[in-house]
Amino acid sequence: MIKKESAKAYWKENIRYVLILLLIWFAVSYGAGILFKDALNNFKIAGFKLGFWFAQQGSMYVFVILIFVYVRLMNKLDKKYGYDA
Amino acid sequence: MMHSLLVEGIGVQNWTYILVGLTFALYIGIAIWSRASSTKEFYVAGGGVSPLANGMATAADWMSAASFISMAGIISFAGYDGAVYLMGWTGGYVLLALLLAPYLRKFGKFTVPDFIGDRYYSKTARIVAVFCALLVSFTYVAGQMRGVGIVFSRFLEVDINTGVVIGMLIVLFYAVLGGMKGITYTQVAQYCVLIFAFMVPAIFISIQMTGNPIPQLGFGGELTDGSGIYLLDKLDGLSTELGFAEYTEGSKSLIDVFAITLALMVGTAGLPHVIVRFFTVKRVKDARKSAGIALLLIVLLYSTAPAVAVFARTNMIETVSNQRYANVPEWFKKWETTGLITFTDKNNDGLIQYVADKNINELVIDRDIMVLANPEIAKLPNWVIALVAAGGLAAALSTAAGLLLVISASVSHDLIKKIINPKISEKGELVAARLSAVGAVCVAGYFGINPPGFVAAVVALAFGLAAASFFPAIILGIFYKRMNKEGAIAGMVVGITAMLLYMIKFKLGWFDEVLPDKGEWWFGISPEGFGSIAMCLNFIVSVVIMKFTPAPPEDVQEIVENIRIPSGEGAATH
Repeated sequence: MIKKESAKAYWKENIRYVLILLLIWFAVSYGAGILFKDALNNFKIAGFKLGFWFAQQGSMYVFVILIFVYVRLMNKLDKKYGYDA
Repeated sequence: MMHSLLVEGIGVQNWTYILVGLTFALYIGIAIWSRASSTKEFYVAGGGVSPLANGMATAADWMSAASFISMAGIISFAGYDGAVYLMGWTGGYVLLALLLAPYLRKFGKFTVPDFIGDRYYSKTARIVAVFCALLVSFTYVAGQMRGVGIVFSRFLEVDINTGVVIGMLIVLFYAVLGGMKGITYTQVAQYCVLIFAFMVPAIFISIQMTGNPIPQLGFGGELTDGSGIYLLDKLDGLSTELGFAEYTEGSKSLIDVFAITLALMVGTAGLPHVIVRFFTVKRVKDARKSAGIALLLIVLLYSTAPAVAVFARTNMIETVSNQRYANVPEWFKKWETTGLITFTDKNNDGLIQYVADKNINELVIDRDIMVLANPEIAKLPNWVIALVAAGGLAAALSTAAGLLLVISASVSHDLIKKIINPKISEKGELVAARLSAVGAVCVAGYFGINPPGFVAAVVALAFGLAAASFFPAIILGIFYKRMNKEGAIAGMVVGITAMLLYMIKFKLGWFDEVLPDKGEWWFGISPEGFGSIAMCLNFIVSVVIMKFTPAPPEDVQEIVENIRIPSGEGAATH
């Protein structure tokens, strides 16, 4: 029974991480790169209009970071629940 | 001095023979070293591949001739709109790492139809999944073989068909001999070849144009001509001058950009040849990590591509626009003979008019040239030009091999072992796997040599098909314990049917006398973007049907609980 409880708690925490990370995933690509591109294009970093930069560069960098953050979070979570054996 | 003379003395042609020959010898050597001796080695490389090797193999498997040769070219003509491919083909890995890979690894079987068949406790579900896997993989692989043929014919000056046959033989050799194990380690080598081949010219050109050796930063920098103008501003100016849309703005509608990006992301996460790569690592945590490594290695190329696109586009316009045709550089003539550049002097003034207005425009450029001819346009050394050929071949071959393996596993494992003859011995299954790989190579080669007119059009839609079929079934299978076979099967059938019909109507035009106009697209969404709608349909149908049908049996619900927990994972078993 305890085993089942802890599996449930583990799953809940995992889902929370996933939702938060997917929110960022959505915000940088569909948000900054597509929906709000025109507004962001009013700002410039060096030669890049910001919306254009998010669409063709920034979102991809964030994607990579998101996965490695998830790897770290989950490795910690596995340890916390003793699933890292 | 002596050395540089020698290096200059070897022509592009010979450099190409040398580099392509060396890389091929390497692939074959690896294949012999890593022969598969069991079905487990053949299907999932024994399940003991390190996260780094798997990440590299996934990246090579993923980046096809289309990524290597066509993508930068497409972006350089599409400007901002090219972002759909950049975000679409990378964002899917986030979904893979967070939603699919760890659980499928824990599940620990050989193929995607394996998961669908067991999770939905139904032969019908398995057969539907096999059908979808074959459909997606064949449409995709035919384009790869064609890509191999084109690279061969252009750089080695052989007939396209001869090129396809050479490519077939090579892939046949290491896919049949080595199975997943052979493919994995050749793909590791192929990643190194293709990334080197892509980065070297990009770095050279970035230094030439902006003085910055990092292309990702270079294309946002100022030009080296002392004008103090940003490269992107200059390209925006050139584009509008010639009547094109501003480069950084693009011309697709917002909703279509959104839909295509979503379809490509979800499709990426649903492609069987990508998913199956995560069955090859040891542990669940390795599956997560290797998804991260794979994406990092992919983004290295994908973040360089838009820079290459900007460099090539600017260079191209400056070299040809309003120049005397009589004075065009040598590469122009060379590519003209291949038919990839055509020039018709409509107003007979001897100048090249390259403008957006189709009635005045005199120059038609095939977008694939942007990567292939880029080193020549920028006057880079011969060995760099030859390197691009080796890279293009590595990209096409690695993807073709990965797809062939999915096809052969679908036939020998999912059809023969699981449905037709469950009593088949381990040895018999291995023979069947090899034979179906041979069969798959022959079919792919046939389509490479005789491409039906619609193959090229359909390749891009393989993503839509994957998004419409697998993605929802797998996600619901993991995250929704109550999802049953009735819901999943109905969802997959409706999803893939909707996608096929939309594609046939709006991409192939088989339902009407003429291809329907863009204006008739539903909600303004192109066939490329429709995968996201078909995916939503799949989700909705699945859930609705599930509500009216019985819950899955206890033991299946237990499977779901079990795959959610990373520890205690068994090795892949039958």
